[in-house]
Amino acid sequence: MSVTPSSALRPAVDSNPLATGSSPLAIGLLLIALILVPFVSSEYVTQVIVMPVLILGLAGLGLNLLTGYTGQISLGAGGFMAVGAYATYALAVHGGIQFFPLAIVLAGVITAAVGWVFGLPSVRIKGFYVMVTSLAAQFFFEWLFLKFPWFYNFGDVPTISLPPMSLFGFDVDGSYVVRYYFTLSLVVVLTWMASNLISSHVGRNWMAIRDMDTAAGVIGIDSKKYKSLAFAISAFYLGIAGALWGFIFLGTTSIGSFQIDRSFQILFIIIIGGMSSIRGNYIGAAFIFLLPLVIDHAAKTFVGDMVSPGFLSNLQKFLFGVLIIVFLIKEPDGIDKLLRQLTARLWRRTPTKKDNERGAQSEPNR
Amino acid sequence: MTLFIETLIGGLLAGTMYSLVAIGFVLIFKASGVFNYSQGALLLFSALTLVTFLELGLAFWLAVIVTIVVMIALSIAIERVVLRPLANRNVMTLFMATLGLSFVIEGAAQGLMGSEVRLLDIGLQDNPLFWGDILISEFDLIVAGGATVLVIALALFFSKTRIGISLRAVADDTASAQSIGININRIWQIVWAVAAVVGMVSGMVWGARQGVAFALSLVVLKALPVLIIGGFTSIMGAIVGGLLIGAGEALAETYIGPLVGGGISPWFAYLVALIFLFIRPVGLFGEYKVERV
Amino acid sequence: MTDRAISDADVILDIAGVSLSFQGVKAINALSFSVYRHEICALIGPNGAGKSSLLNIINGVYRPESGSLSFNGRSLKKIQPIETARLGMGRVFQNNALFGKMSVLDNVLAGLSRKAQTSFIEHAFRLPRARRESADFRARSERVIAFLDLEPYRDAIVENLSYGIQKRVGLARALVAEPELLLLDEPMAGMNKEEKQEMSDYITDINHKLGVTIVLIEHDISVVMSLSDHVVVLDYGRKIADGDPDRVKDDPEVIQAYLGVVH
Repeated sequence: MSVTPSSALRPAVDSNPLATGSSPLAIGLLLIALILVPFVSSEYVTQVIVMPVLILGLAGLGLNLLTGYTGQISLGAGGFMAVGAYATYALAVHGGIQFFPLAIVLAGVITAAVGWVFGLPSVRIKGFYVMVTSLAAQFFFEWLFLKFPWFYNFGDVPTISLPPMSLFGFDVDGSYVVRYYFTLSLVVVLTWMASNLISSHVGRNWMAIRDMDTAAGVIGIDSKKYKSLAFAISAFYLGIAGALWGFIFLGTTSIGSFQIDRSFQILFIIIIGGMSSIRGNYIGAAFIFLLPLVIDHAAKTFVGDMVSPGFLSNLQKFLFGVLIIVFLIKEPDGIDKLLRQLTARLWRRTPTKKDNERGAQSEPNR
Repeated sequence: MTLFIETLIGGLLAGTMYSLVAIGFVLIFKASGVFNYSQGALLLFSALTLVTFLELGLAFWLAVIVTIVVMIALSIAIERVVLRPLANRNVMTLFMATLGLSFVIEGAAQGLMGSEVRLLDIGLQDNPLFWGDILISEFDLIVAGGATVLVIALALFFSKTRIGISLRAVADDTASAQSIGININRIWQIVWAVAAVVGMVSGMVWGARQGVAFALSLVVLKALPVLIIGGFTSIMGAIVGGLLIGAGEALAETYIGPLVGGGISPWFAYLVALIFLFIRPVGLFGEYKVERV
Repeated sequence: MTDRAISDADVILDIAGVSLSFQGVKAINALSFSVYRHEICALIGPNGAGKSSLLNIINGVYRPESGSLSFNGRSLKKIQPIETARLGMGRVFQNNALFGKMSVLDNVLAGLSRKAQTSFIEHAFRLPRARRESADFRARSERVIAFLDLEPYRDAIVENLSYGIQKRVGLARALVAEPELLLLDEPMAGMNKEEKQEMSDYITDINHKLGVTIVLIEHDISVVMSLSDHVVVLDYGRKIADGDPDRVKDDPEVIQAYLGVVH
């Protein structure tokens, strides 16, 4: 018998049906914590800290399905979020839909169709040109939603906000608590669905496309079909995230919220959070969203008024760039991997160095 | 007819400016398969550096030389700190690193040298010249001439000098090039330095035309359609693509513009590029790669 | 030439006059031979692009410059790789092409993709049909894992395993889809004598117990001679012998190619 290192025999942690790499207990605790947020913290924290992080995490998850799992780099996240927001608006204003959840889900489906269309040229070509197509799509949307007044209902300014709509009996513009729980429910359900997809043959096919391209076809995987599916499903998630961001979080929005910077932001979220991991998206979102606030606060506290806002924003830009490079070099699996290693160290009963390596390596990348 | 020729020539000349930017991308892509998203940031950085030195009182050509030295130093630093640690990773990772790099360079450039628009005078006036009845911009003409000289210089560099030939060897087959003793790290540094200097020239030209400010780094966005149409691996493609886009944009704006209420230029190039992506994604002069299993 | 008196109906794979060049160098030169159902056919020859390229041609990854191929009588002209999988061909790659960061079980499950009948929506909501199919796939994978004695490694991360075990995982992945024809690209490369014998035994098992026809590329002649029913020898892309191992190994041209002039 050939020699195999004993570390290889440790069972992987994927025996849990959720396949998120986290134990059910941890997920349960997290859910409880999230449910309690409006009760234990202020309106500010709920609306301005937790909610946007959840939404950006959802957007990250959407992008991740295409970029992290299927390996197609996309710079079009902002554009597809815009499609979701504008589709919701169009369904409400031009389509007369009053029930917000219906509008947002339909908007997601519309975005999925659009994503599918933009995925078509990418299906036949290799990775890099996909990135180029996504960039073209991004600029196309930036132009589209400004150029045609139909999209903002011929208003004087090209911004959109929802007409009165209902959210299970509540007004969509009413209590922040209702909006928060709606967002949370949607995020939880969609994350659960994504997790199911990843652990099914769909996820494996996506990863095969990413890791083995031509060989994937040889072993029987329909690359074209699954690439198209990735574009569509990714767009679905991004569309919903866009509608949530524009209307539930911001209230009033325009294409200005969904420009190329947004695409970069979402891409950075998944790079730093950890590509091809589900919880990495939320970790990355928290990090990316909160870091500028922390920098701002630190600058104001320590340096006071001497610092111009322009300098601060350049500093942030600089720091983000550095972080991206550092993560790509040192920890391509993102903060998610770092956390895994940390928890492995904490929860092993007799933590030796070998244990730490084993613990870190025995958890599959999901 | 005069209008047509005038628009066409104006467009072609403007197109050479696009080509110039695109060439910077082609150089790096050809040598390493990496799409250098930070090329625009490098453009901005070099233009800002030049302007800063000019404002400090240096003579024009001295300022140019100092800027070139700074860009070479920057390229060496980039190779050491960013490219070398990522040497064995796939091109997507490297692309994302250039994305991060663009943020670093832009943040540093504007943080250190300021974000207000600066005027750059490179000694070229935008005088109108007349060829018969046809109006040509002197600025455009000189830039086109300069770009031609640059392209010829690059072509000679790649085919006649030892370094140029090594660059082509590396572009063709990195592993084999290494096995015959070519120092890959040095080659990357040289390629990035050449691309940075080309970027500087582009920065000078664009900066003279529209002022040196953050918007300069957005020329990346104009270069992309050029590369899609011309191909990412060919300098000839960058030239042809730039000319096509330049001419196409100008003609479209003049002839189709009035029909749709103007404002065609920003997206015309992208429309053409999108069409190309559907029918010939590798561009006019690009190559399809053979997959091995 | 082979001296079997067998009808054409027993030919599972027919290669006729196939040629392929890479940048002017002929990797495969007018190659013709037939693979018979249920046999183990070995393709041997010194290292070069030819042999793996032939597998790539059979799998539809490359197009031959000339000649034709057919599988079960069906022409493989202009075929797409995924169609070859659907027709019933399995492939093990020289570099394995496995998911390094996933478990052995997940890798084997990946081989069943082409058999999936459920849609992504059913999986997204974990509907009963999707759960049943997942359970069925898991059971099939477990059976193949057991067949190849991979149970101890079932949940282990592939990139941590030894090369020999990884090769077996590649084999399991190809096998789980129940192919009629299995194409093995240097299944024993990099193995020691013990491991080679093991792999030989598994290949024999697959052929005898499961009835799978096997085409394998190798350049370790001794292993191949005892393992195969049928040997085709190539030299510089040309066929120089084709038949029973015993006869082929005594063929003077083969001896010269292998023991004579240095390549």
